[in-house]
Amino acid sequence: MDFKVILSIATFVLILAVLYLVYRVTTISGAIKGSSRKIDNKINAFLFPVFLVVMFGLAFWYNPIAAKNYLPEAACDTGVETDKMFWITIYIISTVVVITHILLLTFPYFYQYKEGRKAKYFPDNNTLEIGWTIAPAIVLAGLIAYGWSTWTKITGPAPEKSNELEIMGFQFAWKVRYPGKDGKFGKYYFRNIQAGNDFGLNLDDKNNFDDFIPNEIHLPVGQPVKFNIRARDVLHSVFLPHFRQKMDAVPGMPTSLWFTPLYTTAEMRKRTGNPQFNYELACTEVCGKGHYSMRYIVVVDTPEDYKKWYESSTSWLTDNDDIVKQINPELRKFIPNYTPKEEVKQEVQVEVPSDSTSVVSLKD
Amino acid sequence: MAHLEHTAVHGHDVHDEHHEEHHELSFIRKYIFSEDHKVIGKQFLITGLIWAVIGGTLSMIFRLQLGLPNADLEWLRPILGEWITPDHKLSQEFYLALVTMHGTIMVFFVLTAGLSGTFSNFLIPLQIGARDMASGFLNMLSYWFFFVSGVLMFISLFIETGPASGGWVIYPPLSAVQEAMPGSGLGMTLWLCAMALFIISSLLGGINYITTIINLRTKGMTFDRLPLTIWAFFLTAIIGVLSFPVLLSAALLLIFDRSFGTSFFLSDIYINGHALDHVGGSPILFQHLFWFLGHPEVYIVLLPALGITSEIISTNSRKPIFGYKAMIGSMIGITFLSFIVWAHHMFVTGMNPFLGSIFMLLTLIIAVPSAVKAFNYITTLWQGNLIFTPGMLFSIGLVSVFISGGVTGIILGNAALDVHLHDTYFVVAHFHLVMGSASFFGFMAGVYHWFPKMFGRMMDERLGYVHFWMTFVGVYLVFFPMHYQGIAGFPRRYYTYTVYNAFNSFHDLEAFISIAAFITFGAQFIFGFNFFYSIFKGRPASSNPWRSNTLEWTTPLHPGHGNWVGEIPTVYRWPYDYSKPGAEDDFIPQTVPYSQTASSNTEHDAELLKNEQSH
Ligand code: HEM
Ligand SMILES: [Cu+2]
Ligand SMILES: [Cu+2]
Repeated sequence: MDFKVILSIATFVLILAVLYLVYRVTTISGAIKGSSRKIDNKINAFLFPVFLVVMFGLAFWYNPIAAKNYLPEAACDTGVETDKMFWITIYIISTVVVITHILLLTFPYFYQYKEGRKAKYFPDNNTLEIGWTIAPAIVLAGLIAYGWSTWTKITGPAPEKSNELEIMGFQFAWKVRYPGKDGKFGKYYFRNIQAGNDFGLNLDDKNNFDDFIPNEIHLPVGQPVKFNIRARDVLHSVFLPHFRQKMDAVPGMPTSLWFTPLYTTAEMRKRTGNPQFNYELACTEVCGKGHYSMRYIVVVDTPEDYKKWYESSTSWLTDNDDIVKQINPELRKFIPNYTPKEEVKQEVQVEVPSDSTSVVSLKD
Repeated sequence: MAHLEHTAVHGHDVHDEHHEEHHELSFIRKYIFSEDHKVIGKQFLITGLIWAVIGGTLSMIFRLQLGLPNADLEWLRPILGEWITPDHKLSQEFYLALVTMHGTIMVFFVLTAGLSGTFSNFLIPLQIGARDMASGFLNMLSYWFFFVSGVLMFISLFIETGPASGGWVIYPPLSAVQEAMPGSGLGMTLWLCAMALFIISSLLGGINYITTIINLRTKGMTFDRLPLTIWAFFLTAIIGVLSFPVLLSAALLLIFDRSFGTSFFLSDIYINGHALDHVGGSPILFQHLFWFLGHPEVYIVLLPALGITSEIISTNSRKPIFGYKAMIGSMIGITFLSFIVWAHHMFVTGMNPFLGSIFMLLTLIIAVPSAVKAFNYITTLWQGNLIFTPGMLFSIGLVSVFISGGVTGIILGNAALDVHLHDTYFVVAHFHLVMGSASFFGFMAGVYHWFPKMFGRMMDERLGYVHFWMTFVGVYLVFFPMHYQGIAGFPRRYYTYTVYNAFNSFHDLEAFISIAAFITFGAQFIFGFNFFYSIFKGRPASSNPWRSNTLEWTTPLHPGHGNWVGEIPTVYRWPYDYSKPGAEDDFIPQTVPYSQTASSNTEHDAELLKNEQSH
């Protein structure tokens, strides 16, 4: 516990002490019943504006301190937009809160009970009531229009040439699959899942053979990326706080999200002044004991680095002999860099070219 | 009759009265299996308060974990046993169990049964001028179903595998697949059984409330003369009767999936090294069914609190509630809209984005009637002559938390903004202020205000003031800072945040929140002491201590079964004639005919007077 904690505890204790003192004072001075009632009423009336000042004071004092702990600026374009909309809305609602609270918490002081005064008999007033029905309606209509257009943009279809990846949540981690050199995801089925085949990929679908399963997510900066999301056991939710993105992972119902990263990890390290900075992925749908621990790293690269990384990644079937054994021998030749172990001697050792066109040409 | 009324005025005659009635009913029929709505109301009240202590205690334990993550919790082992790990920490599974049970208990047992059950039962017959509920027997069943439901839920806290732990929304597959977490075994079964009984209890109560309000109003008590409390209970009951059955169906289908191999909510699941047989179901379907109750539920807990507040603010401002018709209108609006906004809890489940847009539109519309209510409360205070009883303080507090919690709904209801904030502490802050605190404040306000009617004695006002100010300051210090964490993206239902760089901050704030929570929770025991002490030792009340207009204050101090001795009074006017120009006193009870108030009658009243006389 450091200074700030102690300070905040002290504030709280102080408020309590004031309350207690006020209470004591009134108890002592209010020896006579009627008058003590009156004093009680005065004190309560007085405490409302005090509360107003102290609580708003605390909030305004703490706002800039809290801001230091907020996430860094949004790292994708829609995130920048929603952040802006968020703060605009915050200013609007804060204004409403401040104004209504000034009224709500000073009226008790101004209109506290006074003997002989009669309250105003004011049961209704159509102009006022219509006014404050329409005013919020107009403000809300504006916010709805604003929100609707951004929402439509965020959830619109991903651009044709997005870089795609598949992310699968399970208790209590994530696995990520890239479509490999052919750019195509092969099919999967949950009953295929077994040791060595966590995604349940179909072994008779050769689009699967070049897919790769890295330990980190890599994304190219400035290009649209699409996450195809699924879950294997219970609900999870993909949360990318730095990109202000979130989408549930649902067993049996694939979902997706897409965005365009604005800064590479290296750039973000500079911008935040934190050489340890990493984009992170978290789970935000309770999924059991390890829910809080499903961290995954996201790396945003320059397009060149991304390409290099992508191309140097090796197929999930590499060194995955148990699975390869189950693949129809006819199809095994579509596995990148595949060298049939038993027949190594008979065949000429061919360097399998690394671009996909040559892989296809092997077929002929 | 005159005799009874006479004795009732004096507190020390309480005994005689009890004796008289002992001849009619045995102790069991009178206090245990009672069919008297007042006794049933008190049963709901006491049970609700006990549950509040339990629900609150659970949150204190997990606030320990969040605020003081390094604390040695070995001292809790005598109570929690194996839930404390060998390294003296709270177990991660138990953390989720605590969160889940806290939510379930608070939403259903405290703020639905405790609040609505208490005041609907206690006040409906008294304020509309009825001898009792339409069916005293169903009413009794309603309490006992609730009681048994509570017993089951309570037992589930002590079983070896722990209570349900998948969050109070119990989303499948987590809640359906027993292997997914220990709490999804027997604990979940007990949760579902308990909730099924709870729903039956709510339905029995709700049907009774609706029937009673429609059929048993006394002469002259037209709908436009009903106190706003009754309007609130009426609409709450309608919401409950229409939406609880949907939760029951969701629970039943979940029971089928869990125990009988059906696949309503399950598909494509591979867990613990094997694939499950279920195919073709949809976990999202459950969420639709759940929130079809879940959202109306937030108004089920909130509307009664708003009704209670309307009544108390008006009485203690010595002013008519501002915009009586608008208050009714906005409650009807909220009731209607509450059924068509449920999917705002599901913006990021992958549902069709266009559907999301529609739900965003409908959700933000609901803010309009809510705003109208807030403005009307404030205007009621304006130019009043305010008397700060503890009930009044809590009512003003309610308006405050209702506003500051409600406005963030405008942010969460905006689908584009909800993407980042969904399932973060921002949501926790939002609903704890607008639903948790507001309803709780309404609950407390109601207890302070109607305590004299319930027990014939007054609660200590000074203790009430201390209780209020500590609670008012406390809830803000606890829940307001959670907005900051939410903006920073802190996901809810996390055991600890140290795993992430992004969330490895706000440690001081967490500690601060926890300490504030402990103190605020502690302050509730001031209330507890005051409540139980005053039942036995409180200052005897006068028959209308707040100088209020409504009918309940025309009953004897200790109303017996049947409420009024002799004939039920007739009602001549609306309940809010406070400080009427020309009137002698600053209040005119509903039972005073216009013919007796010539000096204060308006033109409109003169017409009513004619009606009065022609009958
Ligand atoms: C006035 C009384 C209100 C009550 C009692 C209430 C209660 C709640 C509760 C309990 C939740 C959390 C559910 C969960 O566990 O995820 C919630 C979330 C939400 N509320 Fe409210 N609310 C109220 C007002 C509003 C208003 C006025 C709006 C919008 C204008 C709103 C919009 C939302 C939205 C969109 C969510 C979902 C947020 C999310 O899941 O990310 N609420 N509310
Ligand atoms: Cu999770
Ligand atoms: Cu809702």
